[in-house]
Amino acid sequence: MARALLFDSTLCIGCRECERACSEGKHLPYDEKIAQEEQTSARKLTAIRTHGERFSRKLCMHCLDPACASVCPVAALEKTAAGPVIYHPERCMGCRYCMVSCVFGVPTYEWNSRLPYVRKCDGCADRVAGNEPTRCAEACPTGATLFGDRDELIAEAKKRLAEKPDEYYPRIYGIEEAGGTSVLVLSAVPFDQIGYPVNIEKVALPQYTWAALKHVPDVVVMGTVLLGGIHWLTHRKEEVARKEGRS
Amino acid sequence: MMEGIRRYFWRALFVVIMAAGAWATYLRFWGGLGAATNLSDQFPWGIWIGFDVLCGVGLAAGGFTLAATVHIFNIKSFRPVVRPAILTAFLGYLLVVVALLFDLGHPYRIWHPIIMWNPRSVMFEVGWCVTLYTTVLFLEFLPVVLERLKWHTALKVMKAATLPIIIAGVILSTLHQSSLGSLFLIMPNRLHPLWWTPLLPVLFFISAVATGLAMTIFESWHSSKAFGRQLEYGLVCRMTRVLAVITAIYLTLRFLDLSHRGALSTLNQPGFERWMFGLEIVLMAVPMLMFFREKTRQHPLAVYLGVVMWLLGFVTNRMNVSVTGLERSSGVHYFPKWSEIAVTLAIIAAGFAIFRLAAHYLPVFEEEHEEEATTPAGSGRIPTLEAARVPGD
Repeated sequence: MARALLFDSTLCIGCRECERACSEGKHLPYDEKIAQEEQTSARKLTAIRTHGERFSRKLCMHCLDPACASVCPVAALEKTAAGPVIYHPERCMGCRYCMVSCVFGVPTYEWNSRLPYVRKCDGCADRVAGNEPTRCAEACPTGATLFGDRDELIAEAKKRLAEKPDEYYPRIYGIEEAGGTSVLVLSAVPFDQIGYPVNIEKVALPQYTWAALKHVPDVVVMGTVLLGGIHWLTHRKEEVARKEGRS
Repeated sequence: MMEGIRRYFWRALFVVIMAAGAWATYLRFWGGLGAATNLSDQFPWGIWIGFDVLCGVGLAAGGFTLAATVHIFNIKSFRPVVRPAILTAFLGYLLVVVALLFDLGHPYRIWHPIIMWNPRSVMFEVGWCVTLYTTVLFLEFLPVVLERLKWHTALKVMKAATLPIIIAGVILSTLHQSSLGSLFLIMPNRLHPLWWTPLLPVLFFISAVATGLAMTIFESWHSSKAFGRQLEYGLVCRMTRVLAVITAIYLTLRFLDLSHRGALSTLNQPGFERWMFGLEIVLMAVPMLMFFREKTRQHPLAVYLGVVMWLLGFVTNRMNVSVTGLERSSGVHYFPKWSEIAVTLAIIAAGFAIFRLAAHYLPVFEEEHEEEATTPAGSGRIPTLEAARVPGD
């Protein structure tokens, strides 16, 4: 069963308890100054962002078919069956292709470290595997961040949209974005107004590269035959001449 | 006198570049990427990827283009330029690896893709291709060294393996020259529509083939200066013609693609993208038009300028794909830090220096002689270039 998060931004009061719980759980420093930062970074894996009177949350969207995991040359990023996209630092060579490829701009880097690692929300994979909620969902006092089964959360979101059509912008962010994500978002206003990128393809991004990559074996096979054949053709004349000269 | 001053100038410049590169290297490995680059979470790839790797690999494309022309298509007149092209390719790839060591967060793990597989990753494929192709280039260049050492048995063994090695080299190059374009397919919404297209791998491949030719002309021009030889005009003429045709194919495909995707309308939008796009196209189209003209092809200086322009156009294109086209969506402006530029310049300077040394001490600009009984054995002169002159061209 794929687990997911539902973030209902209409319920978020910007208390940042999710941030605190996340940082404490991951043994990252957390104080007033860090709380003010509205960007995720190597020391802040989730961030509450203020848009006038509204709040949004930035964290890894845990795509169903994540671009980061598909582009990583050493498979340092992995989409787990339980939902979270996790990172294996011991494999990472630090090419940062995951950062370039993520449409949500999620993976961050330890730029000032001599041997830097990629840092991002790992969806509390340690807890989720045991069906415990993520730290942010557990800490949320208003229920703005809910943890549960993805299908059930989609059903819950749809119910909210149906029950209070006046309070919501009629879409669930994350159902189709980049082929679907394990973080779903509800909003009172169009999503770009609270900082979520909206011009995102509806298909899983790895399809774009796979369209080219799948031809690699063809190029190898066809290339060998073609080049071998051309070589044979272009050198044929000399071969004939040599044979005739000898006989 | 002038000659002395000129030589002194280039040596001094080389020393300055190398010193700056050394200081930047210290910064990079002591202080990390944050201290040595202007990269950020919003803009994680800079000129070390965009220029050193993308352009570096492209500029080394002469190796496979000419190996295929001579050994597969059996167009003998191009034989004299195969060796310098292969040497450039080999050095180019080695330097790309050096550049990667600067850019990777964990450079000592550069071998990881060999045992930690992810076949869905374009980067994984590029990594494998570059590793294998560098090996192939080493093997392709080895006969030159063996010849110098007069190891005839080893040379014979190598000769027997030539064809499979050449074919492997051409295929590996085709794969990763195009894959460098495929790297950017994953970002359809982030890369500007002037550059993002499903045809990226095809466009990268065609422009790499043209660049291979342009680089070879560029090199033979310089080596003829440096070693005081005549430039083989006949050959260069033919190469510029081929270059013009390939560029025409490339630009036609480029514009067909832009118009089919409706991307040309973005040229109406303000912003520096359209100027960079214009620059890229002009730098490729002007030399193409020049080389379609008989008169220009006959004029060595014009040929040289045209080729340099083309190479700059190629570099602009790769930089546009990897830097310009990604700035808008990233929301930040990236300009390389001095240390990024210093490392890049040092790598280029090292490339020139090693090429010169190799060309000086190894028979790079000489024909393979054993099987070439046709070569007139001029004792004092270097026979190849004269022999290669194409009659009536």
